[in-house]
Amino acid sequence: MAIVELARDEPPKRNSRFSLAQREAGWGFLFITPWIFGFLTLTLAPVIATFTFTFFNLRLNQQTPVRFVGLDNYAAMLGDARMWDALLVTLRFAAIALPVGLILPFSLALLLNSKYVRGSRYIQTFFFMPYIIPFVAALFAWGSMLNAEQGWLNGMLTWFGIQGPDWLNDPAWVYPGLVVIGLWGIGSAMIINMAGLQNVPTELYDAARVDGAGFWGQLRHVTLPMMSPVIFYSLTLGLVGVLQYFLVPLVLNSGTGRPAGATYFFNIYIYNTFWSFGNMSYGATLAWFLFVVILLTTLILFWSARYWVYYAGENK
Amino acid sequence: MAREAQLVGAPDLPAMGVEAEIEHRKPGRRPLDGRSLFATTFTVLLLALFLSPLLRTVSLSLKSADQITTIGAPIWPADPGTFEYEGDTLDVYLVPLPDGTTRELALFDPGRQESGFIDPAAPDAGVITWQGSWRALEQPWEFAPQWGNFGEVWTRINFPRLMLNTILLALIGGIGTIVSCTLVAYGFARFRFPGRGILFLLLLSTIFLPAAVTLIPTYRIFVELGWVGTWLPLLVPAFFANAYDVFLLRQYFMTIPRELDDAAKIDGAGPLRILLSVIVPQAWPVIIAVAVFHLVYSWNLYFEPLIYLSTAPDLHPLSLGLSKFNDIYGSEPQYIQAATLMTIVIPVVIFFFAQRAFMRGIVITGVEK
Repeated sequence: MAIVELARDEPPKRNSRFSLAQREAGWGFLFITPWIFGFLTLTLAPVIATFTFTFFNLRLNQQTPVRFVGLDNYAAMLGDARMWDALLVTLRFAAIALPVGLILPFSLALLLNSKYVRGSRYIQTFFFMPYIIPFVAALFAWGSMLNAEQGWLNGMLTWFGIQGPDWLNDPAWVYPGLVVIGLWGIGSAMIINMAGLQNVPTELYDAARVDGAGFWGQLRHVTLPMMSPVIFYSLTLGLVGVLQYFLVPLVLNSGTGRPAGATYFFNIYIYNTFWSFGNMSYGATLAWFLFVVILLTTLILFWSARYWVYYAGENK
Repeated sequence: MAREAQLVGAPDLPAMGVEAEIEHRKPGRRPLDGRSLFATTFTVLLLALFLSPLLRTVSLSLKSADQITTIGAPIWPADPGTFEYEGDTLDVYLVPLPDGTTRELALFDPGRQESGFIDPAAPDAGVITWQGSWRALEQPWEFAPQWGNFGEVWTRINFPRLMLNTILLALIGGIGTIVSCTLVAYGFARFRFPGRGILFLLLLSTIFLPAAVTLIPTYRIFVELGWVGTWLPLLVPAFFANAYDVFLLRQYFMTIPRELDDAAKIDGAGPLRILLSVIVPQAWPVIIAVAVFHLVYSWNLYFEPLIYLSTAPDLHPLSLGLSKFNDIYGSEPQYIQAATLMTIVIPVVIFFFAQRAFMRGIVITGVEK
């Protein structure tokens, strides 16, 4: 490496007790110290502490003496119908939000990347712009759009003779409603997809065309395989995000789970367990359970990647 | 460079760093044919639909409370027409006259069976008597934006305070993020040390760690430190770097040729000097991206202030203030929407100035896989 060659030309330092490699390592560690410190104090120690909490009976305002309860919290959790409901709510929402979060940005990128769309550079900027709008503001803007009587969405539906639902107050429609509220967040996924699409070599499309592939054929046999790393990335981060989904329902319904418990997400339950019920140990157990669920799904995804994610230039 | 990238487990980014532009691979200008016209129109309509809540927010924020509760009122901010007559304010109605025409007349003397109207165009002509119930008449609407709604919000929630808090949080936290992430990214990008690959992987894996799993002990730590009710729990973590920004900066630093470092080294520059005089001046676009990321993050701050500043409303940032405002004035949508608009104006303006750097930053972090 250049540094090593250069060092040979330097006059040897007399007082140096450390080798060049040691000094380089020293500087490296010094520069990453802020993160190391933050990781130890704000990530690793709390994760371990959370795990430890699960074996005790800690409360926010401790009334009874602290004692070791073994696996009691875990046993209570597995028999806790509310926990399973919250998990089910989260998975049900994920089943709607995740596909939308994958397909919509991808289709939008496909559209904006099409040679038929003029001025897509400007259009793309405006599609991206709402991404920077704080979620509370987006919630009020879209929430007002979704209003059953006054909202424009139902107003537009009446043009087609459709009587729109009371989106956010109807258990059957609240998930699509929440997905709509989150629409302004697709900007980043959209431009990541666009960058991915532009990295697909043109020759592959030419070759596919020669083989007689139409639009769908090219999509199926060229675009999707070449885009699989981007799809994998979006899927992984999307899954981790959606399993923790919680701020919008928290602001919308203050964590009550309205309507009919449909927005009582897993993280809402953790939040309530800790802040409303003051049960630290049980909250920690729930948090740890969520961690394991996320870890397992991520691991399964990474394991599955070898069957469907195609990395160009990688030898198998 | 390629070897190093593999060392830390992240695939190399082919020329993604410096020149990662969202280029449009299009053969020169072609005549606007039917397909282009259709596709472009469709996309623009889609965009209009996508941004329509913004239009609704603007429109609602300028409406009067009366208009919002009136059925059949237009969607643009408007007031029913009025006419000043002999010191009184009269409501104007659309009156169908016996000769088949409809005229805008001011209601002067309402009655059950017949009413007296004044013609605003010719008030001296006297009272026109009209047979019928005036209650069945419609009013003409005149464009009348209620700019005062914004002033009302400004004072009702102490908006300047919330704005100042948010700006300060964004500035202080932004400085902490930029300084710490630059140092850490420089360490990972330019120095070889044992365990570097594993540490970098550990850093990236924190992205997958659910916040709930660290929250409870972290909250206890901040309680013990006496930091609850201050900005410290919101600001101090920013000084310890974060995975996204470190990754972004590191990818960018690795595209800066090492020859530049070496040249500075020959001139006797130490590692810190090289960072400040070689790396940072080259990396401005990506540092701007990190700054804008942090600005967006600060404007989004909701949960941390909610739990750490519940006893200190004077320290609240905008997002939390906005939701509290909604809890109190939810029945007056014109104020909620005005406050929403006032909340987003700074990020939106900054976005349009920094959009290239910002979007490029997202592309670089997004290609991580």
